[in-house]
Amino acid sequence: MDKKESTFLNMLVTLFLVTLMAAGMLGGVYSLTKEPIRLTELKRKNEAIQSVVPAFDNEPSREMEKRYVDGDTLYFYTARKDGNVVGTAVETFTDQGFSGTFKLMVGFRPDGTIIDIAVISHAETPGLGDKMKKDKSGFSEQFAGKDPANFDLSVRKDGGDVDAITAATITSRAYCDAVQRAYDALKEMEGE
Amino acid sequence: MNQWKNFSKGFIRENAVFTLFLGLCPTLGVTTTAVNGLGMGIATTFVLVMSNLVVSLIKNLIPNKVRIPCFIVIIASFVTVVELVMKGYAPVLFDALGIFIPLIVVNCLVLGRAEAFASKNTIWSSLVDGMGMGLGFTMALTVLGAVREILGSGAFFGLKMISGEAMLLFILPPGAFIALGYLILLANILKEKTT
Repeated sequence: MDKKESTFLNMLVTLFLVTLMAAGMLGGVYSLTKEPIRLTELKRKNEAIQSVVPAFDNEPSREMEKRYVDGDTLYFYTARKDGNVVGTAVETFTDQGFSGTFKLMVGFRPDGTIIDIAVISHAETPGLGDKMKKDKSGFSEQFAGKDPANFDLSVRKDGGDVDAITAATITSRAYCDAVQRAYDALKEMEGE
Repeated sequence: MNQWKNFSKGFIRENAVFTLFLGLCPTLGVTTTAVNGLGMGIATTFVLVMSNLVVSLIKNLIPNKVRIPCFIVIIASFVTVVELVMKGYAPVLFDALGIFIPLIVVNCLVLGRAEAFASKNTIWSSLVDGMGMGLGFTMALTVLGAVREILGSGAFFGLKMISGEAMLLFILPPGAFIALGYLILLANILKEKTT
């Protein structure tokens, strides 16, 4: 480029202006997308809660408790009907997935048994790990109605009671890890 | 410049994936389904077109010695825009593409076109180049994604076509290389036929 000479001043000013304009544009887009992003995440969360607890008439996302576990946060949403607790949805995570972290929403009955489990977000392999989702296979159905107090939440290969997804052992193990984490934290909270 | 030739070169003659072999990391990494390939291709095309446009606009104002940092800042900014927009309006695709979205910044295709073309050509030519290369990249990724999805999951754009298992290998890394290899062979045959 035979244009601007590469003097120190020119380089300084150019880099400053380019980064300044970039920062400005990014700040603008961030503000514009902040609300849609917040709404999308809230919608996903509410849909996940609805799919794992029985019918409720309160607003679980407003009755939220947090707990700091294993380097990240778990969220507990209480679902009530006619004033009685019908279930607790626990937003849990695992970082042992094949492609890193993924999040589950586990619904527990007041007595600690699992109602249902939904996948909130993940990056597992399509066709393999993503079979943990309800719409891809029946993998998650085996957890319904089980009480982790007497249902071993590890895959059969590791001596547990869970049938892993064929050729997706890592994802299956991570899934169990997330559910176990949710159950342990819930029990700890109840004990307090 | 013949703008038609400029545009169409991105599809076979100078296709990023089949001829230039640029941007192979996301190519191999996200194409486990056709939809993922298509989504990544569109995101990359947006970044490519916008960065080519901006680089060409300010090409006379950037001192030579700082051109690479300037290009990277510009590219990274547009990638962040794509990331934010996807997060808010296409969360399913955002989750599926995951870590590969920020990796568009280091997609050699984007920096390569900025350096080799946009910094040396008119704004209009750079725009056309960005569109052509980007759409060619999108086509390559969608085709590869479709092939791997059909062979590896027995599905096409999410629609399952067979009952039971398909050839799992194709949705795993080795299958990506194998499928890509055969597609390059096909592209080479096509190139010889048209020259």
